[in-house]
Order: sequence, then C-alpha cells, then structure tokens
Amino acid sequence: MTLSNSLRTGPDERGHFGQFGGRYVAETLMPLILDLERHYEAAKVDPAFALQFDDLLEHYVGRPSPLYFAERLTEELGGAKIYFKRDELNHTGAHKINNCIGQILLAMRMGKTKIIAETGAGQHGVATATVAARFGLPCTIFMGARDIERQQPNVFRMKLLGAEVHSVESGSRTLKDAMNEALRHWVANVSDTFYIIGTAAGPHPYPELVRDFQSVIGREAREQILKREGRLPDLLVAAIGGGSNAIGLFHPFLDDREVQMLGVEAAGHGLDKEHAASLAGGSPGILHGNKTYLLQDEDGQITEAHSISAGLDYPGIGPEHSWLHEIGRVRYESATDIEALEAFKLVCRLEGIIPALEPSHAIAAVMRIAPKMAKDQIIVANLCGRGDKDIFTVAEALGVTI
Amino acid sequence: MTRFASAFGKGRPVIAAFVTGGDPTPSHTSAILDALVEGGADVVELGMPFTDPMADGPAIQLGNLRSLGAGTTTADLFAIARNFRARHPNVPLVLMGYANPMIRRGPDWFAHECTSAGVDGVICVDLPPEEDDDLGLALRAAGVDLIRLATPTTDASRLQVVLNGASGFIYYVSVAGITGLQQATSDSIAGAVARLKAATSLPIVVGFGIRTPEQAAKVGAVADGVAVGTAIVELVGKHGANAAGPVRDYVASLRHAMDAASKENVA
Repeated sequence: MTLSNSLRTGPDERGHFGQFGGRYVAETLMPLILDLERHYEAAKVDPAFALQFDDLLEHYVGRPSPLYFAERLTEELGGAKIYFKRDELNHTGAHKINNCIGQILLAMRMGKTKIIAETGAGQHGVATATVAARFGLPCTIFMGARDIERQQPNVFRMKLLGAEVHSVESGSRTLKDAMNEALRHWVANVSDTFYIIGTAAGPHPYPELVRDFQSVIGREAREQILKREGRLPDLLVAAIGGGSNAIGLFHPFLDDREVQMLGVEAAGHGLDKEHAASLAGGSPGILHGNKTYLLQDEDGQITEAHSISAGLDYPGIGPEHSWLHEIGRVRYESATDIEALEAFKLVCRLEGIIPALEPSHAIAAVMRIAPKMAKDQIIVANLCGRGDKDIFTVAEALGVTI
Repeated sequence: MTRFASAFGKGRPVIAAFVTGGDPTPSHTSAILDALVEGGADVVELGMPFTDPMADGPAIQLGNLRSLGAGTTTADLFAIARNFRARHPNVPLVLMGYANPMIRRGPDWFAHECTSAGVDGVICVDLPPEEDDDLGLALRAAGVDLIRLATPTTDASRLQVVLNGASGFIYYVSVAGITGLQQATSDSIAGAVARLKAATSLPIVVGFGIRTPEQAAKVGAVADGVAVGTAIVELVGKHGANAAGPVRDYVASLRHAMDAASKENVA
C-alpha cells in the first residue's frame, strides 16, 4: 500500500490490501474478473449509476436506516452511550440488500442475463432473489444442504421470490461448499452469468465493490452521530463473518484516528474448540479467489468452521479485515455462541428489538466493553440484521419447542 | 534435454494422465502411477488433494475426499513423487492442485521439495499469471516449470499475459467449465490449438472432457498431447485398491487409438 496517508485508498491496482486480496481464480474466470473491474471503474465515476443506486436505496431499501440510542441497554450496562445503526430495518431484514442493489446494477451494465449467488444463513440469498425479482433476471442460489435444513423460512422466501435454490451436498454442506459450487457453476456459464458475492471477500474487485456498496452504512452513521452528538463516536463495533457489514460501517471512519473500531468474530464453542474466528484462530492462505486469514491445518487444508449463526459460519474473512488486523487499525475480538445468545436475549428484553444472531455477537462485545468506558463516551454498534430467521435456532439452543 | 522435451520429442502426441495422489490411500498410489506409465502415459500428473477443489467436477471432488479421508498429507505426496522418480527416471512428473496447499509452508519450501523429489512441473489451478509472485518465481528459480493454462475465454491480448513466463508446456482447458463434464467439438479444439501454436513454440496439451479413445485420437491429431483425468479417477473410485489393472488397460486403449490414428495420418 503506497498511498499511505489514507487507509481508504485501497486496494492497489492488483487488488491487494498489503499481502492480502488479489485474484486467485481459474484462468477461465480471469477475463470476466478483469471485465468486471473495468465496468466497476466506469460505474464508480458515472453519476447516473450513483443516482440509480441512491434512489433504490432510499425508495426500495428504506434508507437511511435510523441511528437509535439504546437507552435502556446503556442504563443496564452503566458505561458508554450505546447507539444501534439499524440496518435490520432494511427491506429483506439485513444489510445484505445494499450490496445486492449495487451488484445487480453492475450485472445489467455488463449485459449479463442470469444471476447466481451463494448463501449461508439465507439473508444474502433472500436479498439476491429480491433484486433479481425486482429487475426480472432469473436467479439460482447455491446453499449447503445443512444450511437448507436449518434455515427453512429463508429457503421458502427465496422460492417465493422466484429463485431456484440449489442444494449443495459436497464437503461440509455449508456456506464454504455453496461458494465452491457457485464458482463451479460460474466457470461453466461465464458468458451470460453474473455472480453476486455476498461478502467483502472473493477475487478482486469484489472485496472493493462490496465494501463500497456497504459503506453507505458508515457514511450515514457518521452524519447521524455528528448531528446527534456533535462529535464522532469513540468506538464502532460490528460482527464479522466475511465482514461486509463491518467494513461498511468502518470504512468511512478509517482515517479518523480518534475513532476506535472493533470487529467481533464468532468463537462458536470457544477458541480452543470449534469456532469460526479466522483471525484469532487462523493463518494467511488462499481460498475462494483471495489471500486472507483462513481456518486451515498445517498442510493448507481448510478446516470446518462452527458458529450458532449460519451467517458467520465461514472459515475465512474479507482480505481488507486481514490487512486492518495486521496493521492494527482495527481490533478484532470474538464472542462465543453462549455470549451471543445472552446478548440476543438482553436486546430483546431491554430494547424491544429481536436482533439476528450475527449482530448479537457484536452486542456481546459491547456488553463486555461498555461498562468499562466513561458515561460520556459513545459506541455505535451495527445491528446488521433482524432475528426473525433465527428464532428456531434460538429456541433449540434454549431448549424450547415451537 | 529436459524430461518434458524428450517426452514431447517422441514424434507422437503424448498422454498426460492425471490421478489424485493418495486416492484411495497413499500406499495405493504408486501402483496406480506405474499403471499409467505401463499403459502408455508419457507425462504423469499427480493431483494434490484439497478440501475445496473449486474447478473440479464431482468425480475428482470425490477423489480428493477419498484421499483426505485416508489421511493423505503433503509429506505423503512428496514421498510418492520421490518414489516415482526412483522407479521412472525419465517420465516427467507434474504436481497439479490448488494454491493453498502449495504455498502453505512458503513458495521456497515448496519449490525445494519439488526439486528434491524430482518433480518437473506444477499446475496450479487457481493461480493466474497476475499472482505469479506467490509461486512461479520460486519454482522457476529452482528449475521447476509452472505450467500455465489457456482456456476458451483467453483472447489474444490475454494470451500474451499467459505466455509471458510460461514454460514446460501449455495446458489448454478445452471447455469453459469444470473437469469431466462437457466436451468441446474437435473443430473448436483444432482452431484453438492453431491459435496457440501461432503464438508459442511450447507444446500444447489439451484437457477437460476427454475420456474415450476416439476423442483422444481426434485431439491427439491436432495437439501435442491429451490430458485425461476424470475417467481415471472414476476407475480408481470404482475399483479402489484394485484400480491399477483397469487404469493400465484404459490408458492403453487411449494409446492404441492415438497410435492407430497417427499411422492413418502418415498413410
């Protein structure tokens, strides 16, 4: 990274954030990836593209999402003032739709006529099926067979929206295998198919463009907190699977040295047991088109991730996070399944909001940290999804039959 | 003369035969590799198993899983390679796989292991020329060829990128897709090979989708070699520990058809 007076200028022209990122795909895909990069570079500077994107975010997605002062949670924890960035109020119930709007506009600019995507929890699948329906493009969603079993409501939503849900039976039958299968399908249908990747990972330019589309979260939060409090927050907190909601919140603040940032990985059953914390428990490697921190063994075989949240259950992380971790700009911690469930219950009870299990990990970290901060300090936590989809998982974890 | 040069200098199209290392177990691989050579393979491709083989079809995915399920390690693969080299001093050996297992201990470590095990070339499916620094520099410095791939989506300007720094041979992936499923038409392959030949003097080996003796003979008539993998891995899947015999017979059937076709051409 040579343009070092800003942390917001990355990646470099080869798609690298420090040693991370890049383009590690089969040669068949390289011309398409390079073409996507050219189209994105043109779209970025095209006012018509921005206008259409902003218009859809406002009138279709429902942006700006509110910045909400979580008064009772703040009282309960007895420290810093806690704000929620309410991206769970978006159409389809999570931040994923921001990116899908951007990518489907790109797909149409490129003249692609078919859409594919992979999904874990189903939020990205639902968001992709939604934009595909909105613009009338046929859509296939690749989803691990195990995730299909545990996320039935989202599978049904995708089908209602007209998407074909392709059950992936290979490997661990979860998100990682769905991504492999989507890549296989893409290689075989490269001429007419656009792959909407759901997180800020994959081959360049995906980590960059997903981040840019999600940065609306951080831009709004910055403006909203300045209006409400007259200053920037002391701490931003967001959950990390691939890390798209986190990079979306963080990126507009990266050059504000006084703003601290915390990414929260899924520690599953614990960092010494099965987990999905790629930074805390992984090492740099190459998977799904990019170099980044991965859960892997000493021979470079990818090991299985575990999280109670299907959306965080992935053995990698977006490459920009790996870089921000190595240069120390963002701090990364983790929260276990049990801690996330506690946070989930607390937010339900105190704030009348049912959060998804993904942001419940972020709230779990807030519960640890907020009490140690001064009462005049400010935390903004990203509430990136709502928990309707998770009630069955939570019920099971709490031993309740519904 | 390198092993590649002598293999491609026999005046007949080569057979580059692929098998997943460690499938069904590491101890069975040597007999299967011997069977490839006995059947008439000129180049042996030893697949490095990976948990996430994104460019492979169901048959090779299963081969990878069988191998990893048997506990195959990177050390096992290099032991298999080293033993192969001792038994077959003149047959070029190629390691084929994905970037992560290759770079796990660093490119220099991998290049050194390749050299000491007698590996002639490496095919890394998910390492385009743009990321050559991760592996290509170290391999070439150690005298190992990093074999580049060209595909139906590779246009003229992209081809120059692929050929820059290429060595050993060019692997032409004849279908835009994953291993083992579709087949390209003979005409499209002939056209593509002609375009590649106009741009490089490296030998052209055509792979993906070739499984019958008839197809191998047709492709062999226009290219310097044919690569066959899925059909062999299927035989290993079917016959397991007893796969060597069927594998030998299968490769011999390809060899026979290709030799017959080249005799016809001469006549």
